[in-house]
Amino acid sequence: MIGSTPILEVRNIQVERGGTTILNVPSLLIQEDEILSLIGPNGAGKTTFLQTLSYLWNPFQGEIFFKGKKVETNHSVLEYRRKLAMVFQEPLLFDTTVLNNVASGLKIRGMKRSEIRDRVMEQLDRFGIGHLSNRSAKTLSGGEAQRTSLARAFALQPEILLLDEPFTSLDSPTRESLIEDLEHILQQTRTTAIFATHDRLEALRLSDRMAVMNEGKILQIGSPEEVMNHPVNEWVASFVGVETILNGKVIKRNGGTFLASIEGREIEAVGDAHLGDAVVLCIRPENVTLSTQSHMEATSARNVFAGKILKIAPLGPYQKVHLDCGFPLVAYVTRHSLEELSLTEGKQVRASFKATAVTVIRKVES
Amino acid sequence: MDLILEGIKKAFYLLFTFDPEVMGITLLSLGVSGTATFISLLIGISIGTIVALSKFPGRKIVVSLINTGMGLPPVVIGLFVTIFLWRNGPLGFLEILYTPTAMIIAQAVIATPIVMGITLAAIQQLPQKLRLQILALGATRLQMVWILIKEAKLPLLAGVMAGFGGVISEVGASIMVGGNIKGYSRVLTTATVMETSRGNFDIAIALGIILLLLAYFINLILTQIQQRERPR
Repeated sequence: MIGSTPILEVRNIQVERGGTTILNVPSLLIQEDEILSLIGPNGAGKTTFLQTLSYLWNPFQGEIFFKGKKVETNHSVLEYRRKLAMVFQEPLLFDTTVLNNVASGLKIRGMKRSEIRDRVMEQLDRFGIGHLSNRSAKTLSGGEAQRTSLARAFALQPEILLLDEPFTSLDSPTRESLIEDLEHILQQTRTTAIFATHDRLEALRLSDRMAVMNEGKILQIGSPEEVMNHPVNEWVASFVGVETILNGKVIKRNGGTFLASIEGREIEAVGDAHLGDAVVLCIRPENVTLSTQSHMEATSARNVFAGKILKIAPLGPYQKVHLDCGFPLVAYVTRHSLEELSLTEGKQVRASFKATAVTVIRKVES
Repeated sequence: MDLILEGIKKAFYLLFTFDPEVMGITLLSLGVSGTATFISLLIGISIGTIVALSKFPGRKIVVSLINTGMGLPPVVIGLFVTIFLWRNGPLGFLEILYTPTAMIIAQAVIATPIVMGITLAAIQQLPQKLRLQILALGATRLQMVWILIKEAKLPLLAGVMAGFGGVISEVGASIMVGGNIKGYSRVLTTATVMETSRGNFDIAIALGIILLLLAYFINLILTQIQQRERPR
């Protein structure tokens, strides 16, 4: 649930290293209780951004406002930093017990022993690591260590939690159970969080808004649906998992839809475009349906193409089918469908997708 | 063989009868080397930590100087401390040459680079991001440094052992700046050298054994602290 008070505002943040700008964020507003994910590949600037937000990356240009007041002017950096908590990719635990690790931030703040104990116990229980409280942090498994690191951060009851790819180094089942717990705990505690990840599925699962980053810039920010379904450019489209990205030209307009020519084929899409416009059409593989019927069935899908299966590759619960329809097209089908339709490499099929399933990016004419 | 057995017998006799001269020498050794090690810890850990955590031009040169300092021959240090404290030397006005204070200074000069070098390596081997994590937990810079030192406590205790081991067993500098004056600046090593040169092997062996036992027990205590039952 997103409130209306901006808890954090960023203006004209720029970070340079060796004469190159590695982070450039003109503005960003974080609402209270919001979970914003920063997604992007390695080197996109996510970590630099999180470290800048917590004043761990110095020097940088720009201003940060916490609850409407400028940090450095109205809050000291230390005072501001103590409102935040950060979890890194590595657990970075101290060489002491789990209990002392979870208590460390509170000890740093000089909190009373009895109060520390209560808070620590609460977090140990919350993260399911109460039984490990007297264990040395050095003997923990990866998942237990990252749980301890998260408990240490939550013990501080931060106003903003910064998570820097905390699940990256975990194996799949461990990651899955930790994400599930974190999702639950974030909902329960209504903690504002900024979550950096390169995994779009993790981001989809945890966040209210997504910001796609590359080369130190935020390329698109919006609700997960908006970013996934309406990427602003080819790069974002490709990063958020659009498998088919086609360059074409508008050849006909038809009341709210248009036809674009792609390598001699015509694709119908919904959108506002002018004749002769260069467009990029993005088609998500889950929106493509395959059929082995040789004759045309009546269908509401405006785009139906005959094509040949070039390659079938397993992809978790799906099979990823690469087609040649005169242009490359990718479809996801379930194993069940694959068997039922006897889909094999080299087989002729019909691929269909709706005009509404095509995301249109208008290209600026150079 | 008899010589050695006699020496060992004499050593235990001197030890168990609490021979006042031997006790005086032993206590002075402990006092001088303990104080010198303590001073070297204050200076060595502080500067070692500062160098480990800072970036400045010429840092590599400073680090290589510290590392070279770890292996400085005690006689060279003894020579320079003697020159400095000599009547006409820059610190001659202090009039502390041939005193236990001069021995403490010389031994501290020997131990400081050892402690400094080990501190530098110990702090540097901690993950770079640990500093960021400590700051992110809301620590002041001073708190961060203290936590880092605590994180490096095992190698730092090795530094204490190396520093103390280096000075309790050195002889060159102690003779040069202390003068080996009976009842005043005579320590276990200088006394051992003197008794050996006089052919008093039984006493020399006794002093040697005491020195070995002393070094062993001090290191045993430090090892106990270092390897203290860590939580499992």
